[in-house]
Amino acid sequence: MLTNPTGKVTQGQFSFLPDLTDAEISMQIQYGLNKGYAWSVEYTDDVHPRNTYWDMFGMPMFDLKDPAGVLLEVNTCRKTFPNHYIRLMAFDSTRGIESVAMSFIVHRPPHETGFRLERQEVQGRSLRYTTHGYPMDKPENSRYGK
Amino acid sequence: MTASTQITDVKKRYSAGVLKYKQMGYWMPDYVPSDTDTICLFRITPQEGVDPEEAAAAVAGESSTATWTVVWTDRLSACDSYRAKAYKVEAVPGRPGEYFAWVAYDLILFEEGSIANMTASLIGNVFSFKPLKAARLEDIRIPVAYIKTFKGPPTGMIVERERLDKFGRPLLGATTKPKLGLSGRNYGRVIYEGLKGGLDFMKDDENINSQPFMHWRDRFLYVMDGVNKAQAVTGEVKGSYLNVTAGTMEQMYERAEFARDLGSVIIMVDLVIGYTAIQSMAEWCRKNDMIMHMHRAGHGTYTRQKNHGVSFRVIAKWLRLAGCDHLHCGTAVGKLEGDPMTVQGYYNVCRDSHTKTDLQRGLFFDMDWADTKKVMPVASGGIHAGQMHQLIDLFGDDVVLQFGGGTIGHPQGIQAGAVANRVALEAMVKARNEGKNILEEGPTILKNAAKGCTPLQAALDTWGDISFNYQSTDSSDYAVTPSVA
Repeated sequence: MLTNPTGKVTQGQFSFLPDLTDAEISMQIQYGLNKGYAWSVEYTDDVHPRNTYWDMFGMPMFDLKDPAGVLLEVNTCRKTFPNHYIRLMAFDSTRGIESVAMSFIVHRPPHETGFRLERQEVQGRSLRYTTHGYPMDKPENSRYGK
Repeated sequence: MTASTQITDVKKRYSAGVLKYKQMGYWMPDYVPSDTDTICLFRITPQEGVDPEEAAAAVAGESSTATWTVVWTDRLSACDSYRAKAYKVEAVPGRPGEYFAWVAYDLILFEEGSIANMTASLIGNVFSFKPLKAARLEDIRIPVAYIKTFKGPPTGMIVERERLDKFGRPLLGATTKPKLGLSGRNYGRVIYEGLKGGLDFMKDDENINSQPFMHWRDRFLYVMDGVNKAQAVTGEVKGSYLNVTAGTMEQMYERAEFARDLGSVIIMVDLVIGYTAIQSMAEWCRKNDMIMHMHRAGHGTYTRQKNHGVSFRVIAKWLRLAGCDHLHCGTAVGKLEGDPMTVQGYYNVCRDSHTKTDLQRGLFFDMDWADTKKVMPVASGGIHAGQMHQLIDLFGDDVVLQFGGGTIGHPQGIQAGAVANRVALEAMVKARNEGKNILEEGPTILKNAAKGCTPLQAALDTWGDISFNYQSTDSSDYAVTPSVA
């Protein structure tokens, strides 16, 4: 468990709220679909704040218009990777935006272990900081239990 | 509409002596601005007895080629094209003695990529001109041809979000308080607590530079310790605006480089450093992958009064071109000046791809931004968690909401203050996305969210009813059926 007030990794839009139910996730998906976004499911066991590229659980669902279809992908991913972090991301292709428009975590490993901060003393009083996820020395796919 | 009053007989026009500006060719009621002209809308208050059209012509003259008397050297140049042209004057509705004057400027008049040059013309001598009691630059249409000579924001709103990995909600910040007097060590404590509690950013205040109680290097070192520690205990990218404002460019570069070497994602400057310094710092930020936060210190001296100065919507347009990534634009509901619709107009100017004429929001022109990157507006000053529904309704997702007192003044401490703000924010975004009418249901949404969050309950108990309801000094004056250029 992390020592911040939530006890969790706080990435994404809704980490300070109780975990969203499937019904609540569906409403967020519907909101994004109404805006014309394409949803994508991504998973990782390397939740470093600067790990941009989580693995894609398939391609972004550009032509899917039914929230149930997106939720089905989420649940398939949960079954496949029960000990990983899973997030939903919505892509907006509008000219001048062309980026991620929404992003929130929909699944977490049973035990979140957080990060160690390494400090390297360099010149003067300056420090070089490295954020190191505790399970990162273990091989992929076994970092939060099998 | 009155006819042109220009003297067309060349001999008469250029014989030595004093002519009216209207006779010199600065009043051209039949002029149709071209797509490459800059158009300024001035609000002028002529002295008693001065004809409004002559006053408008004088503004055009004094902000372009004219001096007080005829000069024969005009005839050595293509002076007809260099003259700015006042082409329309209208009485300001409900404001006796004040007139809107539209003036067009040829593209050749402004040096490419220089806000300093443009402002030296448009708000130079003309604002001290005796025949006017007062003058205000209300709005400006900058043509694509000139916009494309600027690089704009060094990072831009979209790339900032990508770098920070934060999407689909406003960002949260807080200004470290007290503004002055904390040691570096104590200062860093506030940074760590706020960020660990759930804020995305902490912020130096505008007047925290390098005073005897805290040298700038000390501040940077302790702040970055707080930032990195908070990043590790949350797993989320965090930042703190390190104010690099200093007495010389050399000192600002030195401070910015130290901030970069310590791994900061963002630096900050104050508006008072001036347009050229801002453009230089933006250039530095582009080279160093840095986000640039702009605190609009000093703007109130010339933006606040309706009859004289420069509207903030014009300042915001200039700053977007000069290049900043964050810009304080007001809160509407907080402690500082701002009529809600006028403030929304500033936000539009920062974030639009194509600004549309919107007289209620003080926007007098359509303006194509030609894909210039967008500026993230910042709402800061006297706002608290209890206003979350109003803030999100007014400003949407693309804004930094800064709760300084509303975080640090929380009865249970800084972390609790941050938690209250973040929970209120996420609950409100979630509810809005679910289709709830947050303006109506906002207080209930907050109350329900507070059931599972003691810090939010305490925040609502402490500040729930605080509001700053004063008459605004700068609201838009517009005609019901306006005729807009």
